[in-house]
Amino acid sequence: MGMTVSQKILAAHAHLDEVSAGQLISAELDLVLANDITGPVAIKEFKKTGADSVKCHDKIALVMDHFAPNKDVKSAEQCKTCRTFAKEQGIENFFDVGKMGIEHALLPEAGLVGAGDLVIGADSHTCTYGALGAFSTGVGSTDMAAGMLSQTCWFKVPSAIKFELCGKPAKYITGKDVILHIIGLIGVDGALYKSMEFVGDGVKYLNIDDRFTICNMAIEAGAKNGIFPVDEVALEYMKGRFKRPVKIYEADPDAKYDAVYKIDLSTLRPTVSFPHLPENAKTEWDEIVIDQVVIGSCTNGRISDMRAAAEILKGRKVADNVRTIVIPATQSVYRQCIDEGLVNIFLDAGAIVSTPTCGPCLGGYMGILAEGERCVSTTNRNFVGRMGHVKSEVYLASPYVAAASAVAGKLATPDDLEVR
Amino acid sequence: MEIQGKVFKYGNDVDTDVIIPARYLNDSSEKALASHCMEDIDPDFVNKVSAGDVIVAGDNFGCGSSREHAPLAIKASGVSLVIANSFARIFYRNSINIGLPILECPAAVKAISAGDKVKADLSAGVIYNLTTGEKFAAEPFPPFIQEIINDGGLLAHLAKK
Repeated sequence: MGMTVSQKILAAHAHLDEVSAGQLISAELDLVLANDITGPVAIKEFKKTGADSVKCHDKIALVMDHFAPNKDVKSAEQCKTCRTFAKEQGIENFFDVGKMGIEHALLPEAGLVGAGDLVIGADSHTCTYGALGAFSTGVGSTDMAAGMLSQTCWFKVPSAIKFELCGKPAKYITGKDVILHIIGLIGVDGALYKSMEFVGDGVKYLNIDDRFTICNMAIEAGAKNGIFPVDEVALEYMKGRFKRPVKIYEADPDAKYDAVYKIDLSTLRPTVSFPHLPENAKTEWDEIVIDQVVIGSCTNGRISDMRAAAEILKGRKVADNVRTIVIPATQSVYRQCIDEGLVNIFLDAGAIVSTPTCGPCLGGYMGILAEGERCVSTTNRNFVGRMGHVKSEVYLASPYVAAASAVAGKLATPDDLEVR
Repeated sequence: MEIQGKVFKYGNDVDTDVIIPARYLNDSSEKALASHCMEDIDPDFVNKVSAGDVIVAGDNFGCGSSREHAPLAIKASGVSLVIANSFARIFYRNSINIGLPILECPAAVKAISAGDKVKADLSAGVIYNLTTGEKFAAEPFPPFIQEIINDGGLLAHLAKK
């Protein structure tokens, strides 16, 4: 029976000719990842086994991004645990302040993940690398520990849902609008345990950053992974970065899918997910007055996202009552923002620009909400209490919508703004 | 630990951010995690929970972040079993890996009310509602998964082997 792309990557890493949905396999990993929150738990679990050393020190990445630069003493201790372990084990892909960025923007940029890879990470948004044609999925700290110990992981082979994308998206429509629309369509458990495979003529209209955003949020539909075909756009991104040979897998013509959705990108409108679930996707709303805007995160902190926000903020001011926080996801994106003059645009508009951190996305620090406050955010989750007080609200949107909302002082699209 | 206790009941899509809010993830000790368990969905949970108690919930329990701190917090709070219609996949894996018993059983979820006294036999996959006298059959885990749970988690299990 035919295999999906995801199944082919799993089969190759399990050294099997064929796998089928539901099968339990053990597969070799190209990279295992943890951050400053999940890393210390994984290290504690690793040490429980009594093992002296990790299996492959060069196939492990530790990124200090969630509460780094350290937000308090306890966070500092957590980073220290990771730092000491990395040194002890000779883990060269240890990314500390100065080198770090938000993990899922950083690892592709650093060429540590690429087409055909099998990657697990102790972070749910590890599914991001499907944009490059990798099978990557989030796990917990214990799986991460077992991964460091054996460089393998057991998987239940997933079935898949196919999304056939067609049509050209209108101006101001981004990967964020595509994925929020899809999650609205299928729900937060619509792809539970499954792969989301994106194909079709519409793929060519999505730049690599759009694809990272789409795969990043596959987990918000419950999916195990999201994956795109490897085309010129993906190859161009990996050129000069990805250090291993690119391996391209394609689904068999007779591969079976649990469902097929056709998405006409040309019909999509700016989409916002209302509190408190990513599936509450809307394209129309009554007045929603806001207190804060966050532009950044592993979902939307890349250079295309920064350019989109700057395009809207250029020559405009953010509303008096809106605290606008821009967070480029990596040092390189940060530098690009300086070189391209985007930082000046943000500062002139009355926004602040922070060093890379996950901080506000998960209610860690750098933009916590008080009771009753509302934030339009380019992040990935709007659960109860996600960004602060249990009675605060998060509205998920694209960088265009977030920037337009910052200017309007209320939830708005670029088309709602007056001409400059 | 014996699986017997009173029921805390919740709805669909209980996410890991309400199970253990990220603001507490700067400390992964079991005691610290247990002291904030379910805080953003049920602030009184930590005062009411006793050893052996059972959480019963709807669809997609444990969705969101991959934080293993979520099942750890539930286990450390004394909860002996989570019954749900379905679990989010990372939470499902993490629960097995840290030795927190879980069962999928929509019939039991439908019939069991908050405060009911519930008992379960994991090896047979049977759930008893001691308050109403009803009995429910869930799919038991295969023996190798039960061994992992009984040994207290994947790495403890591997170390034992």
